[in-house]
Amino acid sequence: MAALTVISRKPLSFVLPSMGLLGAVFGILMGMSLGNAGLGIVIGIITSVGFSYFSVLGAAKEKLVRFSLVFLALVAGYFSFGLAGMIAGGLWGWFYGWFVFWLFEGRYRARVHSYLTSGQVLWHFTFRVICGVVFTYLIAPIIVVIPLSFNAQDFFTFTPEMLNFDPAGYSLKHYHDFFYNNEWQRSFKNSLIIAPIATVISVTLGTLAAIGLSQSHVPFKRLITALLISPMIVPLIISATGMFFFYATVGNFLENSLGIDKNLVGYVKVILAHSVLGIPFVIITVTATLVGFDNSLTRASANMGAGPVKTFFKVQMPLIMPGVVAGGLFAFITSFDEVVVIMFVGSSKQKTLPWQMFIGLKEQISPTILAVATILVCMSIALLVTLELLRRRSERLRGLSPT
Amino acid sequence: MLTRKTILATAALSLVAGSAFAGGHMSNEMTIVSWGGAYSNSQLKAYHEPYSAITGVTILNDESSGTATAKLRAMNEANNITWDVVDVEAGPAMALCDEGLAMVIDPDTMLARAPNDVSAADDFGDTLVSECFIPQIVYSTTFGYRTDLVGSTPPTSVCDVFDTEAYPGKRSLFSYPINNMEWALLCDGVAKADIYDVLETSDGQDQAFAKLDTIKDHVIWVDAGSTTPQLLADGEVIMGATYNGRLFSLIEEKKQPVAMLWDGQVMDLDGWIIPAGLSPERQARALDYIMFATDTTRLADQSKYIPYGPARKSSAPLVGKHAELGIDMAPHMPTSPANLERAFLMNYSFWADYRDDFDAKFQAWLAK
Repeated sequence: MAALTVISRKPLSFVLPSMGLLGAVFGILMGMSLGNAGLGIVIGIITSVGFSYFSVLGAAKEKLVRFSLVFLALVAGYFSFGLAGMIAGGLWGWFYGWFVFWLFEGRYRARVHSYLTSGQVLWHFTFRVICGVVFTYLIAPIIVVIPLSFNAQDFFTFTPEMLNFDPAGYSLKHYHDFFYNNEWQRSFKNSLIIAPIATVISVTLGTLAAIGLSQSHVPFKRLITALLISPMIVPLIISATGMFFFYATVGNFLENSLGIDKNLVGYVKVILAHSVLGIPFVIITVTATLVGFDNSLTRASANMGAGPVKTFFKVQMPLIMPGVVAGGLFAFITSFDEVVVIMFVGSSKQKTLPWQMFIGLKEQISPTILAVATILVCMSIALLVTLELLRRRSERLRGLSPT
Repeated sequence: MLTRKTILATAALSLVAGSAFAGGHMSNEMTIVSWGGAYSNSQLKAYHEPYSAITGVTILNDESSGTATAKLRAMNEANNITWDVVDVEAGPAMALCDEGLAMVIDPDTMLARAPNDVSAADDFGDTLVSECFIPQIVYSTTFGYRTDLVGSTPPTSVCDVFDTEAYPGKRSLFSYPINNMEWALLCDGVAKADIYDVLETSDGQDQAFAKLDTIKDHVIWVDAGSTTPQLLADGEVIMGATYNGRLFSLIEEKKQPVAMLWDGQVMDLDGWIIPAGLSPERQARALDYIMFATDTTRLADQSKYIPYGPARKSSAPLVGKHAELGIDMAPHMPTSPANLERAFLMNYSFWADYRDDFDAKFQAWLAK
C-alpha cells in the first residue's frame, strides 16, 4: 500500500496557511489563558508562519532544524514559565517540528490509500483528532487528580512549587492520612465488606431472574422485567427515601422482635439495599447473553440424562459467563460508588468510602480525597486488566482466540 | 486525674439520684454527630478520647450536623433514631426542641457544677438559650481576605464587602439567609439594635435583598464552611465569609496570605442536644457523656485545638495555648474582649422562628 502512494513535497501555499491555522489555535489558547485572545491569534499566526517558512527553507538539514526548534521552545518556555514551561515548551517544539515536515514532505499521505482525494485524507486525520479530543475530555478530569494528590498543601491547588517541580511542593502526606486515619480505614473496610456481599446477592438473584424471564412460558414477562429494572430507572433519591422507611421498619423488626445485634442489622440493611440497586445490571447483561443462547443445548443435555441443576451449571452457566461477570462488575461498582442510599439507610457504623469522601468534600476540603481517588483509579485499572487477561486466557484454553 | 474521678463520681451519683436507671446500665457504644474536619478533631481530642479512655465506650463519629434537623425528623418518623448526641447551632436546637425531637435538659441534675461550686445554670448563664440545648462554644462567622489581593488599604469594616469599587473581585458568601441578611441591613445604615425588628417586616426584607443585589454579580455562593478557605487559598475570591476557626487554621496552621476581620462578625452558639425517645440505656450513656464533655475543664480543653470560645464563664480563665502550634489562644477567641467590641450577637429565637420562611425567600432570590 505504502509503495503505491506518491509521497512528494507540498507547495508553500499549502504548508504556510495550514501552519498559520495551527498557530492561530495555539495562539487563542495561550491568549485566553493570559487574558487577550485577539492578540494571541495574531502573534500565533505570525510566529507560526515565520517559523515554518524558515524550517522549510532548511529542509535539506531537517534534523538540525527540528533540533533547533526544540531548543528555542525550551529556552522560551523556561524564561516565560520556569521549569514547567520548559517541559511544555520542549514538547511543543518537538511536535511543531514534526508537524511542519509531516506537512511539507507530504508524509501524511504515507499511511493512507493512494486513491483517496484530499478531502478524504483531511477527514481521515480530522476524525482521529476528534477521537483524541473525546478521549481527552473523558480522561483529563481523572488524570488531573493524580498530581494534585501529591500536593504538600492542604488545598486542591497547583502551588508554584508544584509547577516548578520543586520536591518541597510534593508530599505523600495525604496517602499517609488515608492509611493511618481511622475514619478512612473504617470506611474503606466497610466498602470492602458491603460491596462484595451485595454483588454476590445481586449476581445470584439477577442471573436467576434473567434465566426465568428468558423462558417462553413465563406470563407478564415485560411487566416483571420492568419492575425488576425499575431501581435503575427511578431517580436514586426517590428509591433512597423509600428504602429509608422500608428498611427502618425491617431493621426495627429484626432488632426488637428477633433480638439480632444492631450493628449486624445495620450491615444487613445496607447490603440488601445495595443488592437491589445491582440486580438490574445483572439482569440486563445476562439477558443480553441469553439472546444468543441455543435452547436445543439444554434439551440435548436433558436427553442425555442431566437434571436441570446439572444442565444449568455444566451447559448454560459456562456459556452465559461473560454476561454474569460483566453484570457482577457493574453491581460491584454500583455498590462501591454509591453515596445516596447509604446515607439514608446506613448509620455511621456502616460508613462507606464514598460517604467519607462526600463528607470530606463538604466539611473539609482535603486532598486525602484525591489520594483515595488515585488509589481507586489504580485499583480499577488493575481489576479491569486482570479480568481482561483472565478472559483472554480462558478463550485461549477453549480454543477461541480473540480476533 | 483526681478531678476526673470526682467529676465521674458526681456524674454517676447524680444520674442514679436524678433518674430511674436502676443499676445505671448504659450502652457501651454511642454515635456522636458533629461537623467534621478540624472541629470534630478538636472534640475528638478534648472529649471523645478522654471519655473513651475512662469508660471504655466506643464512640462513632457521624459528620452529619449540616443536615441534622432534616435527618432527625426523618429518623423520628421512621421510629429509628441511630444518633445519641448531636452537635447543632442554637437556632436549630430551639426548633428541634419545639418540635419535641430533642430531650429537655435539667442543668441542675444533668450538667456538672463549676469548680467554684457555682451551679451549671449560672455558669452557662445567657448561653442556655433553650431548655434542650447544652451550649458548648461561641463561634463567629466573619470575613477573611487575601492580603495580597486587596490593594494597599486592607478592608477594616464588614461593609467593605459591599464596596465593589474599592475592592474589586469576587467574594464568597454562604448561600443561606442567616448572617447575609444581617450584614446587608447593617451596611445599609440600620443600627445594630434594630436589625431584627427591621428584618421582621417585609419592607426590611426587601431592603436587605436590595442591598445584596448590589453585589450579587460579584459573589460566589458556598454552602459549607470548607469552601471559602479553599477559594481564598486559590485566590478565586479576594474575601469570603466562613467560621473564625476555619480562618484561624488557614492563617496560622496553613500559613496562607490571608487576614481576618473582627468587625460585624456574627456570634452564634453551638452545642449538644440529645434526641428524644432514646432507649433508657442509650439515654443514660448520652447524659453521662454530656455531663463529662461539658464540664469546665473539658470545654477549656477544646480551645487548645480550635479557637472557639467555651460557653462556660468558668472555662475562660483556663484557655491556654494551642496544643501543636503553641500560640496563645485567648486573642483568637471570638469571646476575647478586643474581638467582642464590634461583634454582632445573633438573635437565635428569631432564626428558630423564621428560618424556613427566609430560606425559601433567599433561594428564590438566588435563582432570580
